[in-house]
Amino acid sequence: MKELSELKAPGDVRYTKEHEWARVEGDIIRIGVTDYAQDSLGDIVFVELPQVGRKYAEGEECGALESVKAVAEVYMPIGGEIASVNSVLEGAPGLVNSAPYSDGWIAEVKASGIADMEGLMTCDEYIAMLKGHKQ
Amino acid sequence: MKEFAGSTGLVLNEPLLFEKGKKGRSAVSMVRRDVDYFPVSEELTGAGPNFPDLCEVEVVRHYTRLSTWNFGVDTGMYPLGSCTMKYNPKTNERQACLPGFAGAHPLLPDELAQGLLKMMFELERFLAEITGMEAVCLQPAAGAQGELAGMLLLHAYLKSKGRKCAKIIVPDTAHGTNPASASLCGFAPVTVGSNERGVLSLEAVAAAMDEDCAGIMVTNPNTLGFFEENIRGIAEIVHSRGGLVYADGANMNAVMGIVRMGEIGIDVLHLNLHKTFSTPHGGGGPGAGPLCVGKKLAPFLPIPRIAREQGLFRLSSDFPLSIGKLHAFYGNVGIMIRAYSYILSLGPELKKASRLAVLNANYVKERLRGILHLAYDRACMHECVFSDKLQAPLKISTLEIAKRLIDYGFHPPTIYFPLVVSGALMIEPTETETKEELDLFVEAIRQIVEEAGEKRELLYSAPLRTKVRRLDETGAARNPRLTFPFNDLAGKNG
Repeated sequence: MKELSELKAPGDVRYTKEHEWARVEGDIIRIGVTDYAQDSLGDIVFVELPQVGRKYAEGEECGALESVKAVAEVYMPIGGEIASVNSVLEGAPGLVNSAPYSDGWIAEVKASGIADMEGLMTCDEYIAMLKGHKQ
Repeated sequence: MKEFAGSTGLVLNEPLLFEKGKKGRSAVSMVRRDVDYFPVSEELTGAGPNFPDLCEVEVVRHYTRLSTWNFGVDTGMYPLGSCTMKYNPKTNERQACLPGFAGAHPLLPDELAQGLLKMMFELERFLAEITGMEAVCLQPAAGAQGELAGMLLLHAYLKSKGRKCAKIIVPDTAHGTNPASASLCGFAPVTVGSNERGVLSLEAVAAAMDEDCAGIMVTNPNTLGFFEENIRGIAEIVHSRGGLVYADGANMNAVMGIVRMGEIGIDVLHLNLHKTFSTPHGGGGPGAGPLCVGKKLAPFLPIPRIAREQGLFRLSSDFPLSIGKLHAFYGNVGIMIRAYSYILSLGPELKKASRLAVLNANYVKERLRGILHLAYDRACMHECVFSDKLQAPLKISTLEIAKRLIDYGFHPPTIYFPLVVSGALMIEPTETETKEELDLFVEAIRQIVEEAGEKRELLYSAPLRTKVRRLDETGAARNPRLTFPFNDLAGKNG
């Protein structure tokens, strides 16, 4: 497992306490799981993606990550309709490990307004929360 | 201190059977045909499967060699948490091989199977007595099927009361298969967290238990090795809101004949004969997951059930509310004989077996204190849960500790489960391990933890003494090879 100082938590995304991230990209919001989440799970071997076109509430279970250690649910960081999913992960689940904030993204949600993001943590808040976890 | 069992010696290679043999070899002589030739339609004939031609010694050596690569409870300690890998006394095998049992055909009429039916009838009564439940069905073929059957009963009962529920409560310390069994019956699992003592609180259950909830699936003792001490109150809450209490009996080895499940509010409980009642486990044979129920669920039990009428035992299907049949014939009868043998061998000493299982787990827990991080520092039941927290700063995780244990001659404990403990090592020594063996196990972990400081590379590459070294679990899951390339063998066997 990585030390806190080794964990990546970029400033251009917002975070949940369940270790998902969300990033506004034009009229969609891209979502995924954090470096801490992939590091805790270990090598991911299967990704269950959300359903395209389905509406999920904020915090609702929308998918799952299966690693050699365990299966973890993925929760929606924001409520909304799934516009598309990263189907590359079906053949290459390891992208969630190697590039959690870029190529390892999980889904894109139709943005219903930037206000949705206000409830999520900034990178500083998220790192502060991780410090609590690591103690 | 005795020597560790882990050692190196000559290990023999062995190819696949398909890579051995020569055309025309045989290990059997067919008896002379004494009936007239009868033509079979062409679509039923053909070249036959591509099996290798082998002589007896090739087959015997093949399996004997493979068996030397294996590790079982007859080889050494196998402390898998919540799996109860206790030693299976050999008398169980002997009884199962009695010709009257072993030679019985499943289609025998009841009158000619009285011995078998009596054994099953009595085993049902024994299990009812040991668990404090009313009625038992031996039919489910494994724990998971017992679980599913239990949920089907729950579903059938609620339906008979005109209720339709969409959810069921599953604690975060429940056995891993519970949410799957619930989902198959159309119940969405609602996770309820355990408290700081590692058990369910009344408040948490009360908050989750609403009218849309079918009840609760509780593993007791739970997978942290703690008895759900609030179970009576929890059952009262669930019952008062129209729900039922399902208990997963995976950890019954801690409480055989000690806890009367019916009296603490359990409506349905499944057992694993291959855990608690000393029958072969996992690849060692088929399982059996009997269902034990209280009065209100008894009418829904699977059929056929064993009835006793005028001194005769017979299979009866005259139960109109039954959920139906779960298994061909009457389940895995050979396994039932072994459990019956075990129960009769120990009799009232079954309670002592449970007490020793609890004592052994607490002994291991106390001896490993300070060596590994104890997830919940309190007396445990039949298993104890540690984590890799103390080793994490050295970049040594649970996986390394588990793999290195193999080199010392021990099967690793359950790892990364329960999920509520990060980097969990769940150790269940069972009652059948001696103090000397437990001391060796503790010493092995102590030495591994020392190695974590000085010889980290050793731990990363462990196991080093096995025929097959560390497997690429990620590669196997991401790129599984599920077929055998027969074409590559063409010509080899000619």
